[in-house]
Amino acid sequence: MMQTAIQTQGIAIEGLSVTYSNARLALYNVNCTVEPGSITALVGPNGGGKSTLFKAIMGFLQPDQGRIHIDGDPVQRAQKRQLMAYVPQSDEVDWHFPVSVFDVVMMGRYGYMNLLRIPSAKDRRLVMESLERVGMVDLRHRQIGELSGGQRKRAFLARALAQEGKVILLDEPFTGVDVKTEKRIIDLLMQLRREGHTILVSTHDLASISTFCDRVILINQTILAAGPTATALTEDTLTLTFGGLPLSSLQQLTAGSRLGSALDSPLTSAEVQP
Amino acid sequence: MSDGGVAIALWDWLIAPLQFGFMVKALWVSAFVGVVCAVLSCYITLKGWSLMGDAVSHAVVPGVVVAYALGIPFALGAFVFGFGATVAIGYVKSKTRLKEDAVIGVVFTGFFAFGLVLATKIPSNVDLFHILFGNVLGISQSDIVQTLIAGLTTLVIILLRRKDLLLFCFDPNHAKAIGLNTQLMYYTLLSVLALTIVAALQTAGIVLVVAMLVTPGAIAYLLTDRFDHMLMISVGSSVLACVLGTYMSYHLDVSTGGSIVVLLTLIFTVVMVMAPKYGILAQQRHPSQSPLSPEPPVL
Repeated sequence: MMQTAIQTQGIAIEGLSVTYSNARLALYNVNCTVEPGSITALVGPNGGGKSTLFKAIMGFLQPDQGRIHIDGDPVQRAQKRQLMAYVPQSDEVDWHFPVSVFDVVMMGRYGYMNLLRIPSAKDRRLVMESLERVGMVDLRHRQIGELSGGQRKRAFLARALAQEGKVILLDEPFTGVDVKTEKRIIDLLMQLRREGHTILVSTHDLASISTFCDRVILINQTILAAGPTATALTEDTLTLTFGGLPLSSLQQLTAGSRLGSALDSPLTSAEVQP
Repeated sequence: MSDGGVAIALWDWLIAPLQFGFMVKALWVSAFVGVVCAVLSCYITLKGWSLMGDAVSHAVVPGVVVAYALGIPFALGAFVFGFGATVAIGYVKSKTRLKEDAVIGVVFTGFFAFGLVLATKIPSNVDLFHILFGNVLGISQSDIVQTLIAGLTTLVIILLRRKDLLLFCFDPNHAKAIGLNTQLMYYTLLSVLALTIVAALQTAGIVLVVAMLVTPGAIAYLLTDRFDHMLMISVGSSVLACVLGTYMSYHLDVSTGGSIVVLLTLIFTVVMVMAPKYGILAQQRHPSQSPLSPEPPVL
């Protein structure tokens, strides 16, 4: 199972490009790593490819080019190993669907069950423990649409916990939640880091990043900067990311040698896969 | 009429037709088909596949004609063409820039038209009217057997795979993330859809079968937030409409499939207005409470 488990349970991405079916380029030549046991923030403007990168890592879409490894395994194997858990953006969920919080969290365990998906005692225990960790035990019989914004996030976080994935991806977990919930989620993420989880969070909330993220990856259709929060999250890199170069010039840049190497430099500082 | 008179009239209305073998058969078959359609309709409405149901039902026509011409069971031909249409839809969608509804529209009408041409050209004893509108009152023994096989297969598959199918309807991305085979789930749901349509062919006919595949689930979805309750309500309303519709068809000498769907639609209309939480009246009374606005109807 463990082949080249040098970078244990981290994510390594090399030369990743994704084009949507309408021929729009979503990601171009993305190279980065997510360090194991760290909390990494994925920062970039809307439409900058954050969600696309998440979907590629989770295996929801097929990249045109490039390779993704999680804990040394390609995505499909990593899925089978239950390595990655995903907390979706709120608008990706059908909140009218007739399932309870408990049902949703139990879905985190399906990968461990036999084909009939009959939960074992262990499955039930882990579901209850996960609900407890996010403080949702009392609400477990609620239909998911009856929850507040923060409770909805916590329900899906509980599903990720129940799945026991070592790598957890959260897509915009702080949108539409109040300050108290945000703090609660951050506390939980820091606990999970202490337990050795690798966490990747996409966020708009620049202010909170430095309080709990070890590292940042700045993305706008390609990686513009990456590294420890203190050094990589600067005014310059943020301007570069959000002021943004248009995509057309990016392609020329990376093709052309002079500016291309200038663009590459933040990448090399970001521990590109050997 | 006195109360006793009404009771006797009602009794007669229900019992008198049972002296005829064909009525007993028709009632059993339509109730059975009602159960099968209702169970699947919960998944179809939640997944938003109503149009797909319509497509598959129309696409089976050439299959039925070919099967009769070749002397093989109609269910086999219908299933092959119904399922084949969904594969064709998937293929065309992945190879062109067209949106799914356009692809579905093109493919199923193509299959249907081909069926019409075949039915009017190939000399056979296929009654096009019966394919289109059903003929449960005149259902033959071999057709009953085929209906039963298709329906029972559907129920067994759904029973065994119900959790995966529900997950697939709710959150296919998560299913993928935990390494489950979503492709298999997709084709499982499509094949039970085709099988259900085959089972319902004799009762409702292909034009109306989509109502039996959507309306019971839609009724139930307006009444509950729990999937197990949804299943029960769906099955209950569907069987009620199927049984009463068959009686209605006998007494009034009207189309059976039509009667069933008219009753289903009536139930739906009442529920849509009166449903305690999601009904129109309830939503007007407590507009602030209405949890978001319901998504565009899947009908």
